[in-house]
Amino acid sequence: MKFLHTAFQNMKAPFEKGGKFEKYNKVLTAIDALETFAFTPEEVTHSGSHIRDGIDLKRTMSVVITAMLPCLLFGMYNAGYQHYRELGELATASFMDMFSIGLVKVLPLVVVSYAVGLGIEFGFAMYKGHSVEEGYLVTGMLIPLIVPVDIPLWMLAVAVAFAVVFGKEVFGGTGMNVLNVALTARAFLFFAYPTFMSGDKVWIHGAMENDAISGATLLGDLAAMKGGLEHLRFTVQDMFLGFIPGSVGETSTLAVLIGAAILLFTGIASWRIMLSAVVGASAMGLIFNAFGANGLMQFPWYEHLLVGGFAFGVVFMATDPVTAAQTNTGKLIYGFLIGFMAIMIRVFNPAYPEGIMLAILFMNVMAPLIDHYVVEANIKRRLKRLNVKAA
Amino acid sequence: MSKDIRIKKGLNIPLKGEADKVIGNSERSDTFMVKPIDFKNFTPKLLVKEGAEVLAGTPLFYSKDYPEVKVSSPVSGEVVEVVRGAKRKILGIKILGDKETRYAALGTADAATMSREDVKTKLLESGLWAFIRRRPYATVARPSDNPKAIFITGFDSAPLAADVDFVLNGKEKEFQAGLEVLKQLTDGTVHLNLHRTLSTSNVVKSAKGVQVNWFSGPHPSGNVGVQIHHLDPLNKGEVVFTVTAQDVALIGNAFLTGKYDATRVVAVAGSSVSNPKYSRTLQGSSVASIAKDVNGGNNRYISGNVLTGTNVSADGYLGFYDKEVTVIPEGDHAKFFITEGWASPGFGKFSMSHSYFSWLMSGKKYALDTNTNGEKRALVVTGEYESVFPMDIYPQHLLKAIMISDIELMENLGIYEVDDEDFALCEYVCTSKTPAQQIVRDGLKLIEQECG
Repeated sequence: MKFLHTAFQNMKAPFEKGGKFEKYNKVLTAIDALETFAFTPEEVTHSGSHIRDGIDLKRTMSVVITAMLPCLLFGMYNAGYQHYRELGELATASFMDMFSIGLVKVLPLVVVSYAVGLGIEFGFAMYKGHSVEEGYLVTGMLIPLIVPVDIPLWMLAVAVAFAVVFGKEVFGGTGMNVLNVALTARAFLFFAYPTFMSGDKVWIHGAMENDAISGATLLGDLAAMKGGLEHLRFTVQDMFLGFIPGSVGETSTLAVLIGAAILLFTGIASWRIMLSAVVGASAMGLIFNAFGANGLMQFPWYEHLLVGGFAFGVVFMATDPVTAAQTNTGKLIYGFLIGFMAIMIRVFNPAYPEGIMLAILFMNVMAPLIDHYVVEANIKRRLKRLNVKAA
Repeated sequence: MSKDIRIKKGLNIPLKGEADKVIGNSERSDTFMVKPIDFKNFTPKLLVKEGAEVLAGTPLFYSKDYPEVKVSSPVSGEVVEVVRGAKRKILGIKILGDKETRYAALGTADAATMSREDVKTKLLESGLWAFIRRRPYATVARPSDNPKAIFITGFDSAPLAADVDFVLNGKEKEFQAGLEVLKQLTDGTVHLNLHRTLSTSNVVKSAKGVQVNWFSGPHPSGNVGVQIHHLDPLNKGEVVFTVTAQDVALIGNAFLTGKYDATRVVAVAGSSVSNPKYSRTLQGSSVASIAKDVNGGNNRYISGNVLTGTNVSADGYLGFYDKEVTVIPEGDHAKFFITEGWASPGFGKFSMSHSYFSWLMSGKKYALDTNTNGEKRALVVTGEYESVFPMDIYPQHLLKAIMISDIELMENLGIYEVDDEDFALCEYVCTSKTPAQQIVRDGLKLIEQECG
C-alpha cells in the first residue's frame, strides 16, 4: 500500500508551505481526513504512556455502524413487505421484490444523509482548521433509520444540515454537542414537516398516493382506540420480529437486539443505560397496566418494549456517550428516566404516540444536571472524611 | 492490623518480553548520569563543576526550594559534563566512572537508637533523602514534613516490571535496617504493601515492626496512590511519605555499611530484547550497557515501565528511581486501514474493549509498539477511565477540572490523592488519545505553586 501512501503525500505537497497552492492550505484538512481514513498515521507517543490501546474513534464508530446494519437490512426488507402486505399482494411478491423496494427507497436516504452531513463536517473543519472527527459516521447512519421511508430527499437534506450545524457545530463539533444530533434531525423534521412525519399515511411506502394503503403504526392505532386491545392488527411475534409499519430501521426488536449484543460485547455502549432504560420503561408500563383506563394503558408492559422506536432509541441513541450522563451512577438514573418517560409520553400524549425521541432529548438536557449531583455527592463524601477526622 | 484489599478495576496488559529470573552478565557502564528531571517539580542548584572529582555518595546538586535536599552521585569519578537543554535547564550531570567505586565515608549508624532529627540529618547529608517521596504531588519529601504515615510498595504490578521479590533476594538485613530508618520518621504507621500472588519472598514477608497489608487484583494495585487511597486516604493538608522496597534496602544498606551503594538489580524487558533477564548494575548507568541483546534497529528505549517510564533513547541513562529498562519497537510507520489500521481484524492489537478480534485469544502476549493507534480527538467515549481507575474519584471530571485550571474543583475532586502514574492506564485505554499524565502533572504543578 506504499503507492497509496505516496499518492497522498504527493497530493498534499502543493498545498504545504512553499508549495504552489500554499494559500489554499485549508484543503490539507480534507486531504488529511482522507489520508487518516486510509492509514493510521505514523504518529508515535511522546509523553506519558508509551503504548496505547488499539482502539480509536474510527474503530469505535465503525463498530456502532456494524451494529446498525441488521436494522438497516431488515428495514429495507420491511419497507417492501409492508407495502405489498397492505396491497394484499404478499403472496405473489418475492423476497427480491420486497427487498428491492426498500433498497431503492432507503439507499438514497443513506447516501443523502452522508453526503450532506459529511460535506458540512468537512466544510467546518476546513474553515476552522481542525481535523475532521468521526462523530458523523454514526449520525449519518442513524438518521435514515429513524425517518419514514417515503420522506422526500430534500427534506432529509435540510434536516441533516440543520442538525449538524445547529445541533453540533455551533457547540464546537464532535464531543461538544448537548443534544443527540440524529434526534435533533428527527425533531426538526417532526416540527417543520409534520405531515410527512406523523399521522397514519407516512409509515408505509406508497400510502400517501395510494388510498388502498392504510399506514398507521401500532402506536397510532392504540392512541386512536378508545376501547380495548382486541382490534390490534399485529401479533406479539410481528412486533418482535419487526413486521409492523414504522420508521425505516426501528421496527425490528430482534435486529436491534443483535446490534445491542454487538455493542455490549465490544464494550462500546453502556450496559447501565440500556438496562436501566428497560427497567424504567417496564416500571412505567406496569403502573399503567395497573390502571388500564384505555387501550394504551392496557397495552401489556412488555409489548411496550417491542413496539415503536423504543428499543432502537434505547440501544443506539440513549447510549450516545456525548449526550448521555457521564458518571456510572448518573447513567443508571439517566437510563431509568428515559425509559420511564418514554412510556409516559406515549400514553399521555395523544398527538404523538412515540415517546422515546422526546424522552431522550429531554434527558440529554438533564444529563449534565444528573452528573453534577453525582459528582457533588462524591465531593461531600470527601469533605465528610475530613470532618470525621477533625471531630 | 493488617488489611486485605481487593482491587477489582484495572488492567494487566499482556506484553511479550518479560525478564527471566536470572541475573545476566552485564558490562560496567563507562559513564553515568544523574538527571534532575527525574524529580518532579524540582529546581536543581549545582554543587559540583565540570572536572570535579566525586565519590559515590558525594552530593551533586540540591533543591532550590528545599536546600537541605541533596542528590548524590551513585559512583566515584570525574564530572565530565553538565548537560543542559533549552534556557540552560540542567538535564543531567555526566560522570566518568572509576573502575573501582570509592565511597564517601558516611559512617555506620543504628537508626533504632537515634533521634528523629539525627536520622533526618543523616539522610539529608548523604543524599538518601531523595529516595523518599511524598504525597501530595509525588515530589521528593520536604525536610519539614511531618507525615501521617509511610507507605512502602513491596510489589510492582506494572507491565513487565521488575519482580521485587527477586530483586530483594538475600537482602533481609538491609531491608529490615531500612524499615528501622523509616520508622523513625513518623509517629504514624509504616505500611508495607504486598500482593497476594506476586509477593512470596520471605524478605518482605518477614519484615518486622511495620503493618503488612495484602492487595490482590490487576495493575494499578501496585501504585502507591491506589494503596494510600484504600488504606489511609489523604486529605487536604496531610502528607504521607512513599518509598519503594528496593530503595528501602538501599537506605538500610547505607546505614549498615556507611556506604552509598547504588547497586541495583534491573529488569531488562520488552519485546525487542532477545534474552530478557535481570542485570546487576548501578543507578544512573547507561542504558546501552544494560540492554545489549536488542533486535532490530528502530526501537524505543524506556527507563522504567511502558506506562510511566521515560523515553531515553539508546544512548540514554537509567533514571533515578527506575528499576527496569524496557525496549519496544517504535511504531513510526503508517498502517493501512484494512491490514493493520482501524478496520483490520486486529489480532495483534490489544484492547481493553472487545472491538478487535484479539479478544478471541486470551492468554496471548503482545509485542505492542509506540504507535498511538489513532489521532487525538475530543473526549467522546465515557466510562473507560472509570473501569481502570480503582479510586473513589471521577477521573474524567478531575481531568476536565485541571484543563480549565479550576483549583477549587480540582481539590474537591481529589487531586491531592493522585499522581501522573495513577492516570497511566486511563491514558492507555483512552479512545481519544488524551495525554492524561501530562495534564495531571500540570495540575499538580499548578496546585503546588498556588497552594504550597
